[in-house]
Amino acid sequence: MPSFYRETQTVFGTHRNPVLQWIFTTDHKRIALLYMGVMFPLFFLAVGAALTMRAELFFPGAQFLQAQTYNQLFTFHGVTMIFLFIVPGIAAALGNFVLPLQLGARDLSFPRLNLLSWWLYVIGVITALSSLVTGHGFADTGWTFYAPYSIRTDAHVLSTLSAAFILGLSSILTGLNFIVTIHRLRAPGMTFFKMPLFVWGLYATAWIQVLATPVVGITLLLVILERTLGVGIFDPTKGGDPILYEHLFWIYSHPAVYLMILPGFGIVSEVLPVFTRRTIFGYRSIAVSSASIAGIGYLVWGHHMFTSGMSDTARIVFSFLTFLVAIPTGVKIFDWVATLYKGSIVLATPMLWILGSIVNFTIGGLTGLTLGALGTDIHLHDTYFVVAHFHYTILGGVIFMFLGGLHYWYPKITGKRYDEIRGRIAFGLMFVGFNTLWFPMFIAGFLGNPRRYFDYLPPFTLYHQIAGVGAVLVALGLLTVLYNFYRGLRDGGEAGPNPWNATTLEWHIPSPPPLENFSKIPYVDFDPYEYENGEPVVQFDADFRRVR
Amino acid sequence: MSEHEMAYDRQGHPHPVPDFHDDYGGEKFGLWVFLMTEAMMFGALFLLFFINLYRHTGAFGAASADLNVWLGGTNTVILLVSTYTMGLATLMMRRGRTGASKRLLWGTAVMAAVFLGIKAFEWSVDIHHGIYPGSGILDARDDGTILFFGLYFVMTGLHGLHVIAGIALMAWVLLLIRSGGVRPDHTIVMKNVTLYWDFVHLVWIVLFPMFYMIGA
Repeated sequence: MPSFYRETQTVFGTHRNPVLQWIFTTDHKRIALLYMGVMFPLFFLAVGAALTMRAELFFPGAQFLQAQTYNQLFTFHGVTMIFLFIVPGIAAALGNFVLPLQLGARDLSFPRLNLLSWWLYVIGVITALSSLVTGHGFADTGWTFYAPYSIRTDAHVLSTLSAAFILGLSSILTGLNFIVTIHRLRAPGMTFFKMPLFVWGLYATAWIQVLATPVVGITLLLVILERTLGVGIFDPTKGGDPILYEHLFWIYSHPAVYLMILPGFGIVSEVLPVFTRRTIFGYRSIAVSSASIAGIGYLVWGHHMFTSGMSDTARIVFSFLTFLVAIPTGVKIFDWVATLYKGSIVLATPMLWILGSIVNFTIGGLTGLTLGALGTDIHLHDTYFVVAHFHYTILGGVIFMFLGGLHYWYPKITGKRYDEIRGRIAFGLMFVGFNTLWFPMFIAGFLGNPRRYFDYLPPFTLYHQIAGVGAVLVALGLLTVLYNFYRGLRDGGEAGPNPWNATTLEWHIPSPPPLENFSKIPYVDFDPYEYENGEPVVQFDADFRRVR
Repeated sequence: MSEHEMAYDRQGHPHPVPDFHDDYGGEKFGLWVFLMTEAMMFGALFLLFFINLYRHTGAFGAASADLNVWLGGTNTVILLVSTYTMGLATLMMRRGRTGASKRLLWGTAVMAAVFLGIKAFEWSVDIHHGIYPGSGILDARDDGTILFFGLYFVMTGLHGLHVIAGIALMAWVLLLIRSGGVRPDHTIVMKNVTLYWDFVHLVWIVLFPMFYMIGA
């Protein structure tokens, strides 16, 4: 059967033009690649913005940037990384590709809606980037758009807000599609507790997308109406309340960080059993903890506002709930470490990224508890400590997991293999560079260096210079990954259906998969990660009848 | 792909494979999930309303008295009847009475349009009196009144957009009936539009007492 690169189904029938065949495709695998095609250039743009800021911060005082330009740069970095890259992130890119494959389905429940999500995403991207060249320049509010400043500033906040609204809609529709797919299109015999853990991660994520995103959508819409019509709900001069804005914003934006990390946790749980050649430890507890992180994570938003004005009772409750959400996260980490115990560990590139992400995320998670404690948060609020915590969880955690996932499914997506040595070098550069970049920021923040300033006092110079060196290493690492993938595409060897000896369903079909994935649908009466003497237990014949 | 594709277990027993092309339960479930999103979006606005009602109880009551409860009430009755006719239209379709179904659908769309007309009349009276967000007259009033009318225009406006979308959906269903996309044995699109319309009317059922009936 020809692969999905050769033939496709489109929403308007058949096209001769290959470009039209791509942008109107309803095939989940092509849509996943469409997402990646837009997401990764944006990612590198935002990395560029970050490197520019790091260069400016290499010495105290103004070097080559105006203060206002710096404000726009960190807003651009934040908005692009959060709304354009990591929120659609793993779910829209890898999730779209892998979810139906792991479920034993031929596509998502609503393939045309899936295409609409991508188009909305593209419209959102264009809207966001349009403000770079129109009006008074890009927004300078930070990615949080706090009122009343976002109502007052001259910068072009409107298009950024509208973009975030449209991207929210796109994200909701993806979530809806995933939920229905997971409920309806599991292969016969596959109960919820026989699903691969990546699917569990996507399932929890999808519910957050559906239930939290509309809240921020309407909130940003109110800010838009505030600026255009002067409705006054968040405007203190009209009796409105900016604190309410913060509440509504974080009701979405805190769950949003779990929306970013949960698919990542799913990838970790996929990669670990494959490269330890044993069943994952505590399958059910990992599955259930994904769901409970999504549930409890919905109720902790107040910890972003400990210094904004809240009653002591509310602060204690939010602090307590924040500690509570660490429990299912801790359960996961222990399960993963227990999986490694007595496994035959294969240190292939995907495994390295995943192990690195566990180390980074543990640091990021524990410093999150430091910030969740009321007393210390008053001291650390709005310092580089918070920025370092966030980047340890999202860059060191989510992006590492994302890269791990990309390395893991690369042979499935492309049908080719990349160079292992180069892959390991890239990981080494990133891991060392990342920790050099962000660990000093914990100390600088603890000593009182505030975030979002384009300048700092001379005693902090050393920390910023170490971070600057780390940033260069990170950039080199990312370029090595890119080069490695490019070389793999050009002259990598054939991957074959199952290069990693993995067990889940996507590894039982050809790489790259054919148009509707499965010629015959298997009957799934087995757990997702069954190994015996280091070999997968379950095997199928050509008709997807189980032979072992 | 055959109509009843099967997957076989190790004993050779067949198990039906779900088909994503035409999945009645999936499409219905999808709309329910969408309505949850809608509920969260309106929910955030309700939250804002009740917080401000708590803070400015007196001013909200006084401002509410400025709204015409009879016009609002008429609209409530119209929407209630329209959900009834919408449901009935789907029932008729399922029983194969396509003509009656189409007439009821037309009736529902006309009622929705009348609702919008009355709403537009109410808005225009308010705007004529200088009561709209950002107007000098409104901004000179007290905080509670500004917030009440701010929320009034935002929430009824958002609801009105949903009514417009509803009319568009009904027109679409009428086209689908003509083209055979909706027929007595295949009513899922129509059922989902009915469900959506129920939701739109439920939002209004809450909006009406909130804005029109808290006046002294």
